[in-house]
This record gives sequence, C-alpha cells and structure tokens, in this order.
Amino acid sequence: MYSFTPTEEQQMLLDAVKRYAEGDIRPASREAEENSALPPALLEKGWELGILQASIPEAYDGFGDYSVLNGVLAAEGLAYGDLAVTMGVMTPNLYVIPILLAGSEEQKKEFIPPVIEMEWKPYTAALIEPSFDFDPMDLKTTAERKGDSILISGEKIYVPFAKDAESLLIYANLEGKTQAFIVAGDTEGLTIGERDKTLGIHAYPLYSLTLDKVKIPVSQQLNGAAGHPMDLILASWQVALSAMAVGVAQAAYDYAIEYAKDREVFGVKVAQKQSIAFMLAEMGTDIEACRLLAWEAAWMLDEGKESSFKQAFLAYHGAVDMAMMVTDRAVQILGGHGYIREHPVELWMRNGRGFATFTGLAMV
Amino acid sequence: MISFEMPKPLVQTRTVVETVAVNMMRPISREMDENEHEIPWAYIQFMHTATKALGSSSMAPEETAKEKKKDPEKEKRPPINYQRLMVMVEMLSWGDAGIYLCTPGGMLGAAAVSAAGTPEQKKRFLSRFKGKEPVFDAMAMTEPQAGSDTSAIRATAVLDEKTNEWILNGEKIFVTAGNKALVDSKGFIVVWASLDLEAGRAGIRSFVIEADTPGCKVTKFEEKLGIRASDTVSIVMQDCRIPFENILGSPTVEKSTKGYKGAMETFDATRPIVAASALGVARAALEFVQEKLAAEGVTIRYNLPRQKMSNLEREIIDLETQLRQAWLLTIKALWMADNHQSNGMVASMSKVKAGKVATVITQKAVEIMGPLGYSQEFLLEKWFRDAKINDIFEGTGQINLLVVARNILGYRGSQLR
Repeated sequence: MYSFTPTEEQQMLLDAVKRYAEGDIRPASREAEENSALPPALLEKGWELGILQASIPEAYDGFGDYSVLNGVLAAEGLAYGDLAVTMGVMTPNLYVIPILLAGSEEQKKEFIPPVIEMEWKPYTAALIEPSFDFDPMDLKTTAERKGDSILISGEKIYVPFAKDAESLLIYANLEGKTQAFIVAGDTEGLTIGERDKTLGIHAYPLYSLTLDKVKIPVSQQLNGAAGHPMDLILASWQVALSAMAVGVAQAAYDYAIEYAKDREVFGVKVAQKQSIAFMLAEMGTDIEACRLLAWEAAWMLDEGKESSFKQAFLAYHGAVDMAMMVTDRAVQILGGHGYIREHPVELWMRNGRGFATFTGLAMV
Repeated sequence: MISFEMPKPLVQTRTVVETVAVNMMRPISREMDENEHEIPWAYIQFMHTATKALGSSSMAPEETAKEKKKDPEKEKRPPINYQRLMVMVEMLSWGDAGIYLCTPGGMLGAAAVSAAGTPEQKKRFLSRFKGKEPVFDAMAMTEPQAGSDTSAIRATAVLDEKTNEWILNGEKIFVTAGNKALVDSKGFIVVWASLDLEAGRAGIRSFVIEADTPGCKVTKFEEKLGIRASDTVSIVMQDCRIPFENILGSPTVEKSTKGYKGAMETFDATRPIVAASALGVARAALEFVQEKLAAEGVTIRYNLPRQKMSNLEREIIDLETQLRQAWLLTIKALWMADNHQSNGMVASMSKVKAGKVATVITQKAVEIMGPLGYSQEFLLEKWFRDAKINDIFEGTGQINLLVVARNILGYRGSQLR
C-alpha cells in the first residue's frame, strides 16, 4: 500500500528536528561559516535529539531500531537549518553506522557503546582522497595483510574532526576491494595534516591526513578477516546526501519565495513575473521529486528490497543536479543581493555544489 | 506510515494489462500509426469485455467515498481506484499511447461528470459504459481562438424557457475521441460553453451532449504528429438543443468563479492520469534503449563517480532517474486523490514533470540509438511523436507551471497572469 504520511513517532522526530534547525541552527549558521568553527554547545544540543542513538538497538546501548527512512527524514530537516552543522552533529554516524551494518558482533559490542553513551565526541571516518578521479570503490589508499596485522598507507582529505578524533574508520583498498578499518586517533603512522579549505561548509572542520604503514590488528578490519560488502555503506552515504540536498534546496527555495514576494519590480512583486514564478515552480517540483525518490530508496533499504542499492544511487544522482539547480536559481532570483553574504543563498549555492563531492561525509 | 509497496491488486492489474499491451497493442502499433483514421476495434471489443473482469478502467471511479461507507468491510481497505487507473494507463500507454486513447468506458468526459455531476447525472451518463457495446466519451473545451485561456471560450448556451432546453452554439476543436463518442458509439461529450459572455469565466459551465443530438456535428478529422490511432475532431453546434438537466453544476451565473473553479478541479484527477500516459511512453522508449544496449554488450555501470562515467552512462542514468521521479510525483498525486486530499499542486507538478520527462526521454532515445532511432523499422520514432502530446494536452507544460507557481506563491490568477 502506498502512503506518504509519516507515523506519529516520525512526526515527533520531524517536529523536534524542525525546532532545532530553525531555532538553533539557522541563527548560528552564518557566524559558524565566517568563523570556520562549529559551536560545541550547538553540536551537543543536536546530539541530544538522539537521532543516532534511536537508530541503535538496545544491545549496543541505543534505544531503537536502525531505520534508513527515519535517518533520511531527520537529515533533511537538519540540513534545512545548515549543512555544516548537520554534518557536524551527524559525524559520529560515519563511524557507528558502518560498524552496525557490517561489523562483527564483537566489534559492535566493543566500539558502538562508547560513542552512543557519551556526549557528542569526534568519532569520524576517512574516505575521500585527493585526486580528480577519486572513486570510493577503487581507492588509492592501500591496506596490506601481514600475518595478523594490517598495514595501511595513503593520503586522505576531507576527514571531519580528524585532529581531535578518538577513533576513525579508515577506508582502504585491500586486494582490489574497499574495506573499512577501525583505527585509534593516536595510532603510529597516522599524521593529521592541515585543515582543508573548501568552497563551502567552512564551519565543518575537515583535515588531510597521511597514513604511513599504519599498523592495526586484523581484528580491527570491519567484520574481521572475512571482510564486508560495501553495498549498504555506499547506499547509506547516498541516501543521506540525497536527503541533505533536499534540505538545503528547500531552504534556498523558501528563502527565494519569500524574497520574490516581497521585492518590487516595475510596479509588481518579482514573484509576479513569469520568468521568476516559473523558475520557482520548477524548483518546487524537482525538490518534491527528489524528496520522494530519497524516501523511496530509504524505504527500499529498510525493507531489503531488490535493487534498493541502485535506487539509492539514482536518488543521489538526481539530488546532486537538483541541489545545484535550485541553489543557483535562488541566488539568481535575489539578483545582486544573492551575491552578498548578508543573505544565506550564496552559502547554500556553495554548499549545493558540494553534493557531487561529499560521498563519505554523511550517513544515516 | 510511509510506504512504497505497490498494493497487491495493483500488481495483478499491472500483470494483466501488460499482457494486453504486449499481445493486443504492440503488434498493431505500426499499422494503426500508418492508417490514421482507422479504429482498433479488436482492441476496443476486447477491452470492453475485459474491463468488467479487471475492475474500473474509467476516469470516473465507480465508488465515491460516501457510497463506500455503506460497506464497513470495504472501508478498512484504503481506496486505490485512481492509483489503479494510473497503473493501467501507464501500462496501456507503454503498449501504445494512441490505441490507449481509444479505450472505451469513460475518459475525460466521464471524469467531468464524476467530479461535477449530481447522483442522477452520474447514473444517467455513466451507466452506459456498462452496456453490451463499447461506448466512448470526450471533453470539448478548446476553440479556434481559445486554448489554455478557457475564459476566451465563445460557445454559448442559452436557456429556452418554453421547452426547458439549453440551446448550444459554437465550434469546438481538438476533441480527443469526439467522433467515437458521437458517431461510432452511443456516447456523449462534455462541452464547455458560456451562459453569459459578459461574465467571463464566471459564466462558463459544462454541458453533456449525447450522441445523435440534432445540431451537433463532427466537421473535421485532424491529421497529427502522433497518437494517430486516436481521432481528434472538430465539432460544430448549431442550435443544438439538450435537456435542462444536462448542465453540470449550477445553472445560475454568480459573481464568483466558484462554478468555474469546480470544473477546473476535474483536472486535479485527470492531469496525473495524463502524466501516467506520458510515463508509459517514456518507459517504452527507455526500456528499448536499455535492451538494445544490453544486447550489444554495453553495460551501464551504476555507482560510478560522475567523472568516471561515460557520456552514454550519464545520459541513461539521468533519464532513468527523471522517469522514476516523475512516476513518484504522479503516484503521490493520485494517492492524495484517492484519500480525498487536496492535490492540485502535486497534480500539476506531476503533469509538468512527466510531460517534460516523456518528451526528453523519447527525444534522447532517438538520438542515442542513432540511425536505428530514426528508422521506422522500430517504434522509437513513433514514440518520439506520440510523447510530445503529453506536454500539450490537458494543459501545456507552461500552463501547469503557472498552476504550480500560483499554488506555491499563494497567488490568484489576477496576481500571476
């Protein structure tokens, strides 16, 4: 049976997220961007919403069941406030969710509770590499098995909170396949480099790091020596980004509507011009279309449907283009004002371009 | 609870209709396209018999919410009539969009009767679809000088108080299935005409003209780019008299445009159905391309970063994504209609998106297949021609954008022209 109505619990989640996104995140987002820093209290408040904790079963000290759909609903709502803050609040997801999805029972028991029980802490993951043909399924960082140990070497960029990380999930190429490895922040051979400067999400602290024969026991390969498939992890990155793209786009769209209905031009409101109204209509249509596809992919993943991985990819593929189109048009509709940092649309446009690059930076 | 599970009855419907599309539509697709004014009677007879077994194929769902409440058992199951119709229309159009438009048993005219008619009118006009012979209906709105701007309609309806009849005068063009409704069967057309030309849109009402009514004649068959299996005709009304009871909605002209708006609400149900038809053609074209590529050993690699995709992969993945997005907007619009939620905005969104997607997919498909795409040896070139109508009829893409824009901005027609 088709239905587009959230459950009561989901509605409560949506309401709580909305209050936080509009009441806390949005007012703080410009300053965070300009200062290139996320206020710790803001992160903690987001963490206390318990979005990740509610996705973790009691056996690992959480209080709910894993639901991609719930994650998608929350991610969109948060990103409506600000993308960098959203990614900041959800950084521990990058560490916990792959362990939950693909880790061994011992790994889940050992590594998940310390993250879940505590206040927000920088548990993170390293996936992206500094090359134009970066491909999560064909990494240049290598992992080599030597007896009971694994040696990891390579370069990573865009690693959130790497400088303060308690522990990281590092992705590397093991015999042609991408695998994840649990690496403590202070492991020898792991060097945290400079803070990365990017086009957008300035508030989100991203770092480069180098791995020089970083040695870990085989038991810290995700799911041990048997290894793990990447399908679910990849799909989770994709649907999370799809949802966030929808959230960012919705923010830009709402802002553009408000501006266009207020601003006068040739004796009428800007929004009364078809050239503007039609842009808005297309923006609204494509946002809703992408939202539905993200929901569907999330639902399919939850239900374990055949071709759910492909659906997640399609959702992501569509959302990347939609986010760029919508955020660009929001700037366009504000005209000169859109280019000025007094308005948030230029920030959303910079963030909107990032979705093509952000694989590995969001997870639900 | 959010769910994307297709209900079992719809899965069954889809399977059955697919058999029809494969066996009764595709084999005669080319032939019907080449013989423009011929009628696919074998298909029509089959559908007429089969729809009784399949359930509703009509744009006028048989059970209204009120009627349903009488049966407490049925009430438990969420309504899916419009959603079923979407599945059918999508699959029939995948078979052949022109032949689909020849399906008997209630299309746009019936939808208007269903949306705006009294219970008596519904019984009188809609019961004929269940008879022995297949019956057709049509909607006559466009005039030579009035397309999307329906306020420019010049056809008139004047009440003859002596006989209590409406006298209709005027010319209608681009009436889909008009000849089948008036000449080839004992059907009816729903005609839009003005009670008071001075009153503008407030004076416009719709009227039912039944087959064999004197003074109502089919005067021209159009020759078209595509959907050639379906007749598109001009109709002239010359002192055409119909009973007073054939008016849909209120016979008095008030200052408000409420009556007119009521009529426009018909489109909230029919626009997503047209979207569904567009999606069927689009899927046919995309599947054709995917199958040809697979047969040639070309694999489309999903999950690649964009900078590693080939242009062909990028195109196919784009089209597939767009098609699914449009499909989801459409099912949502009809799910809302089934659940009596106000769906005007999503309905128009689905029409905008599906019309555009179908046009782009069929155009790209011809391009991607190169000489094969352009050849009449395959159906791609036909689908390219068929698909374009979906961006035009039942409101062009632009008019639907205007509807969406007014909705999101909260503007009336006078504020956003």
